[in-house]
Amino acid sequence: MEKVEMEVVFQAEETVRGSEEKPAGGPATAAEKRRVRPLRLDRLILPLLVFVMVLGLWQAISQSVAPMLPGPIQTVAKSWDLIREPFFDRGPNDKGLGWQLLYSLRRVAVGFSMAAAAGIPIGFLIGAVPAFHRALNPLIQILRPISPLAWLPIGLATFKAANPAAYFVIFITAIWPIILNTAFGVQKIPADYLSVARVLKLSPWRRFTKILLPATLPYTFTGLRISVGIAWLVIVAAEMLTGGIGIGFFVWDEWNNLSLEHIILAIFVIGIVGLILDEAMGRLGRRFDYEMR
Amino acid sequence: MKCDEAVDRDLIKRIETNYLEISRVSKTFEGANGIYPAVQGIDLKIRKGEFVTLIGHSGCGKSTLLSMVAGLVAPSEGGIVLEGKEIDGPGPDRGVVFQSHALLPWLTCRENIALAVEAVFPQMSRKEQKDRVSHFLDMVGLTEAAQKRPAELSGGMRQRVGIARALAIRPKVLLLDEPFGALDALTRGHLQDELLRIWEKFGTTVLMVTHDVDEALLLSDRVVMMTRGPAATIGRIVPIPFRRPRSRMELVRQTGYQHWKGEILEFLYGEGDAKRRPGGGDLQKTGAPEEGPAFVSTTDNR
Repeated sequence: MEKVEMEVVFQAEETVRGSEEKPAGGPATAAEKRRVRPLRLDRLILPLLVFVMVLGLWQAISQSVAPMLPGPIQTVAKSWDLIREPFFDRGPNDKGLGWQLLYSLRRVAVGFSMAAAAGIPIGFLIGAVPAFHRALNPLIQILRPISPLAWLPIGLATFKAANPAAYFVIFITAIWPIILNTAFGVQKIPADYLSVARVLKLSPWRRFTKILLPATLPYTFTGLRISVGIAWLVIVAAEMLTGGIGIGFFVWDEWNNLSLEHIILAIFVIGIVGLILDEAMGRLGRRFDYEMR
Repeated sequence: MKCDEAVDRDLIKRIETNYLEISRVSKTFEGANGIYPAVQGIDLKIRKGEFVTLIGHSGCGKSTLLSMVAGLVAPSEGGIVLEGKEIDGPGPDRGVVFQSHALLPWLTCRENIALAVEAVFPQMSRKEQKDRVSHFLDMVGLTEAAQKRPAELSGGMRQRVGIARALAIRPKVLLLDEPFGALDALTRGHLQDELLRIWEKFGTTVLMVTHDVDEALLLSDRVVMMTRGPAATIGRIVPIPFRRPRSRMELVRQTGYQHWKGEILEFLYGEGDAKRRPGGGDLQKTGAPEEGPAFVSTTDNR
């Protein structure tokens, strides 16, 4: 019965793929070319329009309802030094925005790498061995929804230092999407691929490298992409509490200085870095995704 | 084939005539919805080099039977013996062509076949392995597409790679699970001709699942018809006497063609037919060429 159902699914995939293949002919590509040009204009002009509108709205708000809030022009004017020279270094408490970012990124890199190194193998085990799934799933479901910052005191108490505590917080929040997506990917491997491995009597190593790993990687990268986004969200909040050098603490420090212009600049920078991280992970994932190559 | 000759050694003869022996095989699936008897009491003996097709309605358990011969599914009762050795689990002595082609999408055509060759013939040198892959790519006419991934191929080409992969491991039996079911009629015809040509060259024993009556008539030595499930079993076995090598055009013009096609269609679509003939054991013996005597000689005269 199960087998029959599976065949139906495969047939459905076949038809979907088949229909995708058709527009690859000559006349279709010409039509596509025609469609590309207005699309590119749309992609540039429309977002730019929204951006300008938001800036205008922001300026209007700062001039009317919220006099404390600096407008865009004032923000750029007052934080021009920071924009112009991102890597100045005037002692441990006065570094450029570039340095702040690098320190934050390093924390993310360490915590995220640890999460990937632990999460991917755990995900494989959970996906491949039902007993592991049954054993670990309840624990994961309890730990997963916990707010990242709730772990910070535990980290500080355990490691008695700010940096390891930050690594720990990133690790513990970034690991869940990696585990869950990897496990899901392993469970989603088409049964026929595993049948091929059985018919050919592939060694466990070949089975892993030739079938399990390539089939699962796209899912793992989805998890990694979600995780890196979460890690970047978390580090800003964590640094506000732990202090030291970093973009999060910079925001907090500027709040104490009542320099809202610098805070707004930092917010933009945080957003752009987050976008770059997400895009980089997405591109890396596409390189390993057999369906995209 | 071999049966015409007087073979001295009884054992070899016995093994060759009962090359693949399915005895009293039943399969019951136990799922969340309770127990489902898929197939029941299957008895089938296949000669070495014979081409046998399993035909029946969807869900009649013909794929289940094929999976049991492949060793991917264990029978609940009974056993399957290949060349005197009982089957327990899958192995490269039975090449499987899956309906879904089951090519690994991250590997090229060449790599898909190479994975099989390297796994089954580790003692071969790199060059021998490579040559073997090239040979089988060439056999299915896909030398040009060697570096392409399955997604870049048409459905027919993918299935060709599947056949090449299955044959490249030099199986004793080739198992095909509705290999052309998802293809358009024209492509299907081409692939049937190609499969016929390859089989005539290799002489591999073939067990193939299909729901296409013309396909069964073109390819098979015997057509095994299965009753509707649950608890599907062999309803009738029809030997197809057309002379080989066969060709599609020659076949449809033969006087006996419509007769045999009618026989199979009547079994499949004659409602309740199967149920009135429980087991169908007696018919297995009577379904011999005597039933339609005239056309066998007609074939020879052409």
